[in-house]
Amino acid sequence: MKRIYMDNNATTAVRPEVLEAMLPFFREQFGNPSSVHWAGRAVSGAVEKAREQVAKMINCSAAEVVFVSCGSEGDNLAILGTADALKDRGNHIITTAVEHPAVLNTCEYLEKRGYEVTYLPVDRDGMLDLADLEAAITEKTILISVMWANNETGNIFPMEEIGRIARKYKVRFHTDAVQSVGKIPVDVQAASVDLLVISGHKLGAPKGVGAIYIRRGTKLTQLLHGGHQERNRRAGTHNVAGIVGLGLACELAAAEMEEASGRIRKLRDRLEQGIVAAVPEIKLNGHPTQRLPNTLNVSFAYIEGESLLLNFDMKGIAASSGSACTSGSLEPSHVMGAMCVDVVLAHSSTRFSLGHDNTEADVDYVLEVLPPIVQRLREMSPLYNRKEPMTCEECQVIRKVSTVNEG
Amino acid sequence: MYTEKVMDHFSNPRNVGEIENPDGVGEVGNASCGDIMKIFLTVEDNIIKDVKFKTFGCGAAIATSSMVTELAIGKTIDEALELTNSAVADALDGLPPAKLHCSNLAADALHEAIKNYKEKQV
Repeated sequence: MKRIYMDNNATTAVRPEVLEAMLPFFREQFGNPSSVHWAGRAVSGAVEKAREQVAKMINCSAAEVVFVSCGSEGDNLAILGTADALKDRGNHIITTAVEHPAVLNTCEYLEKRGYEVTYLPVDRDGMLDLADLEAAITEKTILISVMWANNETGNIFPMEEIGRIARKYKVRFHTDAVQSVGKIPVDVQAASVDLLVISGHKLGAPKGVGAIYIRRGTKLTQLLHGGHQERNRRAGTHNVAGIVGLGLACELAAAEMEEASGRIRKLRDRLEQGIVAAVPEIKLNGHPTQRLPNTLNVSFAYIEGESLLLNFDMKGIAASSGSACTSGSLEPSHVMGAMCVDVVLAHSSTRFSLGHDNTEADVDYVLEVLPPIVQRLREMSPLYNRKEPMTCEECQVIRKVSTVNEG
Repeated sequence: MYTEKVMDHFSNPRNVGEIENPDGVGEVGNASCGDIMKIFLTVEDNIIKDVKFKTFGCGAAIATSSMVTELAIGKTIDEALELTNSAVADALDGLPPAKLHCSNLAADALHEAIKNYKEKQV
C-alpha cells in the first residue's frame, strides 16, 4: 500500500543527513561535553557548533541559545521562569486562546497559584485584534506569550507588531515558534522577541531535543536544578547527538527554506484547490493567506473527523483531526472553538500538513481517494440529506453549512 | 487501538441506511461530543425483522451501530430490550476505555426505536 505522510505539524521524519551526523555521537564520540579530558573535549565542540547553527537561523548570538529536551520544556521554562523571576514586578500574563497546550496548561497552572492570565480571543479566521492586546496590558503585566504560528490552522501571527507593542510597554515577549522554525523565516531581532522556543522533531531533527532563545540580560528562574550546564540556565547532561541533529537540521532548513517553502506551498495549494473543486459543503479553517505554506485545515460537513482519519489510514494517508475523539477529550479542538467554528464542523476539521518528502503524485492520490471516502461517510450520516426537520442540536449543522466556503 | 472486529464493522458496516415507513425510529447522541445515532426498525409478530442505521461519529460509533443491528435482527422485542451498550462492546471484543462513554450508545438508540414502535402500537 502507498504510504503518504501529511502530518508534519505533528512530527517529521529525521532527515537522513541529520541522522548520519548524529551517529558518531552514539559511538566513538560518546563523551560528556562537561568533561575536561579528550572524550569530553571532542564532544563539547560539537555542542557549540550546533548552538551556532541554531543561533544563525534565528539571528541571535550563540550564547543566547539554551538546549532543552522538547518544545514543552522550553515553553514551561519561559513562562514559569518568567513568572517566578518577575513576581515582584507583577502577576499578569497575556496569551491567546489558541496556544498549544504547552502554553495554555502552563498558564492555567499559574492561575491556580495566584497569577492572572488574559486569553486573547481570535476572529473567525483565527487572527488576533492587536487593539485587544494593547488594551489588556496593565502595570502588573510581566509577559506576553503569543505563538509564532498555530499548529492546527497554520495561521501566522504578526510577530513584529506584537514585538513593538511589547517593547512600547516594556513587557517581556515569549513566542512558541515550534511550528514556524524551519518553515518560514524567523528573526528574533526583527520581532523583538525575548524568549523563543524551538522543537527539533518539527524540522527533521529527532524527538527529545529543542532549544530556547533567551535574550541577553533576561532574568529567568531555572526549571531544572543540578549541574552547571547551559550557563546555569538548564541542568542536565547534554543530549549531544540530539543537539548535533538539531543544529544541522536548522542549517539545512535555513539554506533550503526559499526553495522548499515555495515547492511545499504549491503542493498545499494544489491539495486545497483540488478539495474545494471536488467536495461540496466544506469549510476551510484558518486565514486564507497569513498561513504556513505547508498547512491546510478543512472541515467536511456532516461527518466526524476520526472516522475520516481511519478511512484515510486504510488508504495509507496520515493526517490529523480536531475531533474530540482524536484529542482525547470530550470536546473538539479548542482552536476551532476559539474561531467559533460550529461544533459539528469542528469535529470534522482535518489537518493536512505537508513536508519535504511529499510529491505532486501524493497530492493527486489524496485527491483521488478523498471524495469517495467523504461521500461514503456522508451517506452513512443521519445529518446528511435529511427529509424531516432537524432537532435543535442538529440545527447547528444547518446554520453552519449555509456559511460554508466563506473562509 | 481498535480490535479487528471493530475495524471490520467500521470498514464494512452492516445494515447502513434507512427503512421506508419504519415501524420504529430512535435517535440518540449529542452533536457536541461528536456522536449521533439513528436506528430504523421493521417489526413483525413482535420480532425484529429488519434494522438499519445512520450514524455521525467516530470509528467506535459506526462499529457499535453496525453491531447492534446484527445483534437485534431476529430477536423478540423483549430480548432486544435486554441488549445493553456493554453487550454491544463485548460483541466487538471490547472498545478502548475512552470510547466506552459517548461512542457506545447503539443499544440506547435501539431501545429508543423500540419505544417509538410501542408508542405507535397504542
